[in-house]
Amino acid sequence: MGFSSILWQEAIFFKRKFWSITTGSIIAPVLYLIAFGWGLGGGMRIDGTDYINFVIPGIVALTTMTVSFSTIANSINISRMYEKTFEEFMVAPLNMWVYAAGKITAGSFRGLYSGFLILFLAFLFQTGIKINPYFLFILILNCLTFSAIGFIIGIIIKSHADMGKFTSFIITPMAFLCGTFFPLEKMPFILKNIIWLLPLTHTSLGLRSSGEDFYSMLIHPGILLLYFIVASAAGVRLCKKAE
Amino acid sequence: MLVVKDLIKKYGELTAVDNLSLEINRGEFFGLLGPNGAGKTTTIRMINTLTPRTSGLITIDGKSMDRNLTEVKIKIGVVPQHNNLEGEMTAWENLELHGRIYGMPKKARRERIEELLEFTDLTERAADLARTLSGGMKRKLMIARALMHKPELLLLDEPTVGLDAAVRRKMWDLLKNLSSSGLTVLLTTHYIEEAEILCHRVGLMNRGRLIELDTPKNLIEKVGKVVVEYFDNEGTKGEFFETREDALAYAAGRQGNVKIRSSNLEDIFIKLTNRRVED
Ligand SMILES: Nc1ncnc2c1ncn2[C@@H]1O[C@H](COP(=O)(O)OP(=O)(O)O)[C@@H](O)[C@H]1O
Ligand SMILES: [Mg+2]
Repeated sequence: MGFSSILWQEAIFFKRKFWSITTGSIIAPVLYLIAFGWGLGGGMRIDGTDYINFVIPGIVALTTMTVSFSTIANSINISRMYEKTFEEFMVAPLNMWVYAAGKITAGSFRGLYSGFLILFLAFLFQTGIKINPYFLFILILNCLTFSAIGFIIGIIIKSHADMGKFTSFIITPMAFLCGTFFPLEKMPFILKNIIWLLPLTHTSLGLRSSGEDFYSMLIHPGILLLYFIVASAAGVRLCKKAE
Repeated sequence: MLVVKDLIKKYGELTAVDNLSLEINRGEFFGLLGPNGAGKTTTIRMINTLTPRTSGLITIDGKSMDRNLTEVKIKIGVVPQHNNLEGEMTAWENLELHGRIYGMPKKARRERIEELLEFTDLTERAADLARTLSGGMKRKLMIARALMHKPELLLLDEPTVGLDAAVRRKMWDLLKNLSSSGLTVLLTTHYIEEAEILCHRVGLMNRGRLIELDTPKNLIEKVGKVVVEYFDNEGTKGEFFETREDALAYAAGRQGNVKIRSSNLEDIFIKLTNRRVED
């Protein structure tokens, strides 16, 4: 069926480019770990834990965001603008919802893979970070949300340069500001509230949420889910109109 | 089988396809012949649903595209003008992907892939990445891919453009074989010879309009089977005749460099439009 055929295709690409995907998705987070975790934050304590254990969930959040987003955005954009392989799917009797679901799921797998690589490293260096089912739940939602946003961007963007702009103006600022490297409370009031509305913030908060109250633990996945649903629906609508 | 009625496509001020109507019968090999920019690709893309129509109706076996999109799509196989293979997948995988998207069962998929690789002479290249194939092989692989799900109507947009003469001839043989198996084919081309050799009927297209539609034979007879070409200070000119004798008589009466030859589709095109098909 359509859905599994897209996953099958992505699995082939994954196998074929295994080493470049693996190294590509590990370099940036390792640098963050070294620079911020052990370098700047060595011996520092924050929110009652070692800084390294504070920053790892942040790095997981931003890496899975970037990987999920760019995998899908680039793959669709290239397939539309350069290789034209997008047309193969458009002429097929394939529902656009199925196409979107396949692409978004594939992007999420790539995001999860990069997340697990970081957690594996953290485990290797015995940082003592703890993972629970809620952590995994938030992680999956984060991947789905940013795959769906990547889907929209892949469909609407006209060139590779525009893609760079979106990354510079939206993705990169989120990566640094959404509670990834330092707590939200350190932000000025207005900025803090704006940032609170961004999806990645709730991933960072959610991934560290041990000890939060029930209401907060509900709000993080809730907001991510909202972004996910809106982005997916918008993506499919745009896809049907894409020429 | 395919009915196109009053098809129009406008890009802003430009009318790329202007009130085009045609009917293609089951089993027919139909050609749209016209120079670059005539609107051939736009027509094909409206039939394969990639380009939205400005207005007009398209039905396949009586099913309208607006109401039965999925059913219509299953009946069509598409070979676009440009390469759109997955370059980082092998020839086999490209076919396999298509079969999967169209929901073919595993066994049927494998058999069909083997059969089509055989048919297109690509069996030995099955495990090579598509981007490493030659231009002609890529085109054949695209045809094989379009045939994967056993469509009833094959849309071929300039299938031999950019191929050298020998490869083009091989491609013609392949397309002829396809047609004799009963498949309905709609082909676009700006090569006169291609249309003459392959097509049962040809539609001449110019600036978005269909200006003539008939069998190649009838079209040629309309202008006269034999042409006498001569040169004067305004360039090459042609005069058409029903028989070789008439042509000879006329040529004998002219001075200078004259040439007698059988007329072809280009002659009709020039006569109707004052424009050449091939550049
Ligand atoms: N997407 C588009 N936007 C604007 N104009 C287009 C577009 N596609 C084609 N055209 C114009 O429509 C006309 C017909 O093009 P096309 O169908 O590609 O011709 P052909 O395939 O016969 O060479 C041309 O003048 C072309 O420039
Ligand atoms: Mg064309």
